[in-house]
Amino acid sequence: MSFLKKSPWILHYAATSCNGCDIEVLACLTPLYDVERFGIINTGNPKHADILMVTGSVNEESRKVLENLYAQMPDPKAVIAIGACALSGGIFRDAYNVYAGIDQVIPVDVYVPGCAARPESIIDGVVQALGILEERGKQRKRQRKVALS
Amino acid sequence: MLLIAFLIGFPALVALAVAVAPTADLRSQLVRWSAVALAVGSAVLAAAYFRSEPLYFSVGEGLRQLLDLAFMIGGLVVAAVLLFSCRRVKGKEWAIPALIVLQTSLILVAELGPAHPVVENPFYVDGFSLLMVLIIGLVGGLITLYAIRYMRDYHAHANGVADRQPAFFAVVFLFFTAMFGIVLTNHITGLFFFWEITTFCSFWLISYSGTDEAIRNGYRALALNLIGGVCFAAGIVWMTYSPDLRTWELDTLIASGGAVALIPAALIAVAGLTKAAQMPFHSWLLGAMVAPTPVSALLHSSTMVKAGVFILVKLAPVFHGTVPGLLLALIGGVTFLATSLIAINQRNAKLVLAYSTIANLGLIVMCAGVGTTATLWAAILLILFHAVAKALLFLSVGSTEHLIGSRDIEDMEGLVYRQPILAMTLMVGMLGMFLAPFGMLISKYTCFKAFLTVDVFPGGGVLLLVILAFGSAPTLFFWTKWMGKLVAMPRREQPRIGAVPGEESFALLVLTAATYISCVLFPVVDWAFIQPFTHDLMMSGLIPVGDDSTPWETVLMMTLMLGGLFLLPLLFWLRPPKFTPISGYLSGANVAGSASYRGAMGAEREVAARGYYLTTLIDEQRLTRQGVLAAGALTIAMLAGTLA
Amino acid sequence: MSYETLALAAAFIVLGPLVGGLLAGIDRRLTARMQSRQGPPILQPFYDVLKLFEKDTTIVTSLQTLYVWCFLFFMVISGVILYLGGDLLISLFALTVSGIFLVLTAESTNSPYSKIGSARELVLMMAYEPMLIMVPLGFFLVAGSFRAADIAAGDPSQVIQLLGVLIGFLFILTIKLRKSPFDLSSSHHGHQELVKGLTTDITGSDLALVEIGHWYENVILLGWLYLFFAPLGVLWALPIALVLFFAEVLVDNTNARLKWGTTVKASWWVAGLFGVTNLLVLPFI
Repeated sequence: MSFLKKSPWILHYAATSCNGCDIEVLACLTPLYDVERFGIINTGNPKHADILMVTGSVNEESRKVLENLYAQMPDPKAVIAIGACALSGGIFRDAYNVYAGIDQVIPVDVYVPGCAARPESIIDGVVQALGILEERGKQRKRQRKVALS
Repeated sequence: MLLIAFLIGFPALVALAVAVAPTADLRSQLVRWSAVALAVGSAVLAAAYFRSEPLYFSVGEGLRQLLDLAFMIGGLVVAAVLLFSCRRVKGKEWAIPALIVLQTSLILVAELGPAHPVVENPFYVDGFSLLMVLIIGLVGGLITLYAIRYMRDYHAHANGVADRQPAFFAVVFLFFTAMFGIVLTNHITGLFFFWEITTFCSFWLISYSGTDEAIRNGYRALALNLIGGVCFAAGIVWMTYSPDLRTWELDTLIASGGAVALIPAALIAVAGLTKAAQMPFHSWLLGAMVAPTPVSALLHSSTMVKAGVFILVKLAPVFHGTVPGLLLALIGGVTFLATSLIAINQRNAKLVLAYSTIANLGLIVMCAGVGTTATLWAAILLILFHAVAKALLFLSVGSTEHLIGSRDIEDMEGLVYRQPILAMTLMVGMLGMFLAPFGMLISKYTCFKAFLTVDVFPGGGVLLLVILAFGSAPTLFFWTKWMGKLVAMPRREQPRIGAVPGEESFALLVLTAATYISCVLFPVVDWAFIQPFTHDLMMSGLIPVGDDSTPWETVLMMTLMLGGLFLLPLLFWLRPPKFTPISGYLSGANVAGSASYRGAMGAEREVAARGYYLTTLIDEQRLTRQGVLAAGALTIAMLAGTLA
Repeated sequence: MSYETLALAAAFIVLGPLVGGLLAGIDRRLTARMQSRQGPPILQPFYDVLKLFEKDTTIVTSLQTLYVWCFLFFMVISGVILYLGGDLLISLFALTVSGIFLVLTAESTNSPYSKIGSARELVLMMAYEPMLIMVPLGFFLVAGSFRAADIAAGDPSQVIQLLGVLIGFLFILTIKLRKSPFDLSSSHHGHQELVKGLTTDITGSDLALVEIGHWYENVILLGWLYLFFAPLGVLWALPIALVLFFAEVLVDNTNARLKWGTTVKASWWVAGLFGVTNLLVLPFI
């Protein structure tokens, strides 16, 4: 069994979002939803995080930050895009300065739709990401073994 | 006896030879081999007499009178030289010639008095003085070796400083004569004579560069040490004319105990306090920083200040269990606490070292004032460990300064990557100064245990303990802060810096090894030098019989820790873990591969993180003022207490 | 040193992390309950650490790992000395060395968050050190020995005699456990101005080792607390120590963070008022 599933630590990055989705992400931490039940912790530090949650539409300014944060997360890791803007650019999709979805910048594993995304669906998204994370963990272990031998 | 004559006489001869050596090359060779000879000489003396009872050497009638005369004339010559050096005094410094005249007339009153006491045994060795000889010979010798190359570089760097290297090395060797004299002489006016030579040498060395700052600081050192000298002379006058205690012999003075010897002992203790740079006399040691680094290293580690604490530790049996003794310990305590706190404020590496020296001497004075077996044991070990580690630190800072052009702690960031050997020597020195399992901690541990049983007046022991507890915390802060700077990842590619010159690195590596070895072998040092010394004092009933053995369990644990500190880096070096390097966290705004981030308008900025100096919490000026006032009051109370 | 204490020390090395992890788990559960949340499973800290071992380790400088090893090594030594019934003062020195290596770990990176964390950790060490030293001193004055075994076999009234020292110790225990209002050096929750302070740049197995070190530390501190009550017998002493230990969770949840200046002054005042006064009046009790 992989412990990655039991203790997913999260980094939440708002790439110029309207804060609607961010509020819903934080709502997950409140007593009503209490994601710490599942060992989920909002770390705010890419170096400790397993799952990167991105809200909002990425523009040229936030692209570099997003890339940096992603690069600083140690493997195995997974990415969740939350909300319409993160998925596709949302209503800003056609704006000149905005990428049409964060998957144009970094690889995304789980897409959580909604404007704003509901806490239930965010939690559901994390649960889906856990499966992916576990798979990557196994892969990584094999890679390490190969590297050693 | 011949060895003692060699140790005292040989450096003086070398001083003469160095001063007149025709070429710089010849001088360097002379200095080098003489330093080696001194080190060997001191080692031979230690090997010849270790574990022996204190031995006193008497001389024939004629020689004795010759010695008396030599010390008197020598004293006059030193006084004349000092008076001559006063030609550049300014403002309030007029007091200096006055102090010289006062001190000389006092000592003449004693020496020319009718039938002064006869000194049967002018020289002696005991465990403690042997250890001091070793420290002076080995540590001092290494510093001298280091100085040869350093002074050449110094004059290459310092423009406008007159090159007086022949005189410089002559004075350094004269200093050795005086130091060996102080630790081996039983003759009190002889002791005074050597004492005055160290005063002169330190004055000359501090003002070496000839800048106005150097001269002023030199005069300050002279003035404060002369205050001590006057007290010393007054003590000798008392010992010449007192009805209860008429002697010129140090051992008789100590053996007389607290009942009759307290007044002269307290007067000499004031001289010890000035030389050991204790508050309220501490400022000369801070001023001594302007001197070239080997001088600072000499003054701080093996000579000068150690002469001060040497005499205090020798006098400890007189102070044991008396109120003035407790007050003496408190002077040390106040100094320890205040200077430890002030050291946090300092960015200048040499000032940090200076304050830490004063603090450690304060700790030794605390031990001396209490004067039980355990504290004497701790004090002597402190002297040893401090001499080695502090010499190492000063020399490392000196080399660092030459290589990076700064003595600011902040500029030493990332030294581990730029000059690993220097960083290593600095780190070992610092570890030696404050961390378990190194020597200082062993002594501190003993202090805690010993102070718990002090009962001169209710609460006295607790007071000392509390001072020790509160003073240790800042020590930890300022050393770790500095170590943190050394190991910090440099924020950008740093320019390569040159290697440490061969002779300098030899001295540094030997001292590094000595820091380790003195910790491993401290039980041997204890057995060979300290136990004979304390046992003799216990046998003669001067200090209470106490158990000064360290529990084997403690030694085991300390050894385990020392082993860990040695093996873990070794393991790391042999099998380094292979992890992916990545830049530090900068909120995702980092520019790849560096410690810069993209700031406003996309401009690239470098991260800046400075150490904490806690200036809002600790006010250097105010604390110094309070410390000086408190320690001054305690000094006066100590002197007054002897009359009561 | 008897077989019993040897067994105890061996148990500390092996079971220390287990007990420490459990304490941390209960701590997190209690915190959650105080915030009307259900909270994570009691074993959550173990899941976290085991997960960290599955993750990649990234470093800013390879020296980091060396310092983490030293941190853990000295922490274990400190605990072994304590549970061998050995000298409290030496145990305290080892604990200090261990703390200094953690500071060096954080200093060795170039992230400003890490550096602020380490600088503040140093300030905290300076704040609690005097009071921490006074604990063994107090024990010595009462029990006549620095050895934990002698203290544990002391007089049941020692906790009354050392009440001031106990209060002071509980105060600095909050600092040592990195609880609010003294969690200056590494905040519990990363999404704050400090990020994670001290541990910001420590990842993967290195972070796991730091976490295990903290578990050991919890057990050591619990041991110190236990010593105050030890002469009452284990049936009394252990529950009291545990209750006091977990009282820190309440403090944690009801206080906002202080500034470093206030922290140092407050700790030194407490050390002076309770610790020193206690030591001074001890001969009369």
